[in-house]
Amino acid sequence: MTKALFVSSSGGHWVQMCRLEPAFSDCELIYASTERSYHQHHPDNAFYYIPDASRWNKLRLLWQAFVVLITLLKVRPDVIITTGASVGLFALFFGRKLGSKTIWVDSIANCDTLSLSGIKAKKYADLYLTQWEHLADDDGPLFAGSVI
Amino acid sequence: MIFVTVGTQLPFERLIQVVDDWASKNPKVEVFAQIGQTRYVTTNIITVVSMTPDEYEQKLSEADVIIGHVGMGTIISGVKYGKPLILMPRHADKGEHRNDHQLSTAKQFGKLSLVSVVDSYKELELAIEQTFKVNAEAPGEDVLSVSATLINTISNFVKGI
Repeated sequence: MTKALFVSSSGGHWVQMCRLEPAFSDCELIYASTERSYHQHHPDNAFYYIPDASRWNKLRLLWQAFVVLITLLKVRPDVIITTGASVGLFALFFGRKLGSKTIWVDSIANCDTLSLSGIKAKKYADLYLTQWEHLADDDGPLFAGSVI
Repeated sequence: MIFVTVGTQLPFERLIQVVDDWASKNPKVEVFAQIGQTRYVTTNIITVVSMTPDEYEQKLSEADVIIGHVGMGTIISGVKYGKPLILMPRHADKGEHRNDHQLSTAKQFGKLSLVSVVDSYKELELAIEQTFKVNAEAPGEDVLSVSATLINTISNFVKGI
């Protein structure tokens, strides 16, 4: 069975990401987020906690990247999907090196430009999506619809 | 009951302050607020710092009106429960977020019939009054569904692995 890792920060990113579950009907779903209590959403699935970080705090970012790497080594997912932010970027960066297929779905909150982590994710995403048609680009993200 | 939520990431003192002011003038209305790590001390509303997903869903379902920031989590959850949403955008120049994306989100999602966007005490007061009135007559309706093409695109990609 295909192992799919759903990883994102808490709040809107998480809510959007979970709406994409129907695309993974025959997969084993594993979750990771920066909010411990989110395990409650999927009590029967494996869940990994990742420490929160913002791009202003470099030390916490490094720690977050390290925990993401450890999580990937434990889970060894076939595919990784994320809606952001830094935690998702790290997951795609390490995931790809470890042989996972990677999916970036940029948050719908970014309607004027792609998110900062979304711009950086381009290099590491096998499937690279925006949720706004006007942000789609021939050598940038693809638009295929949105989660709402 | 009015349920106020600032989301999981950052506090939002300006919002909590105007809600607290409003509550002092409307003591009959119950207000429950999730406020994050904040220094402002409320005097008229019940607050918690954070909530578990179960507690959050419970309050969403009980609320008559939801007040919050212009976060996608709040919008999607509110619309899922069919609740009127009064939302205040976070401003970067006031230190409320890292950038002004909530202003553009407000422009995009302010169009939904359940959503009112406010930016001051006066606007909040008006929006609450309107919401209670309109909602008693005919509650708004919005449906947010996941695009089938998006699901198919991802699903085909996963099957190809």
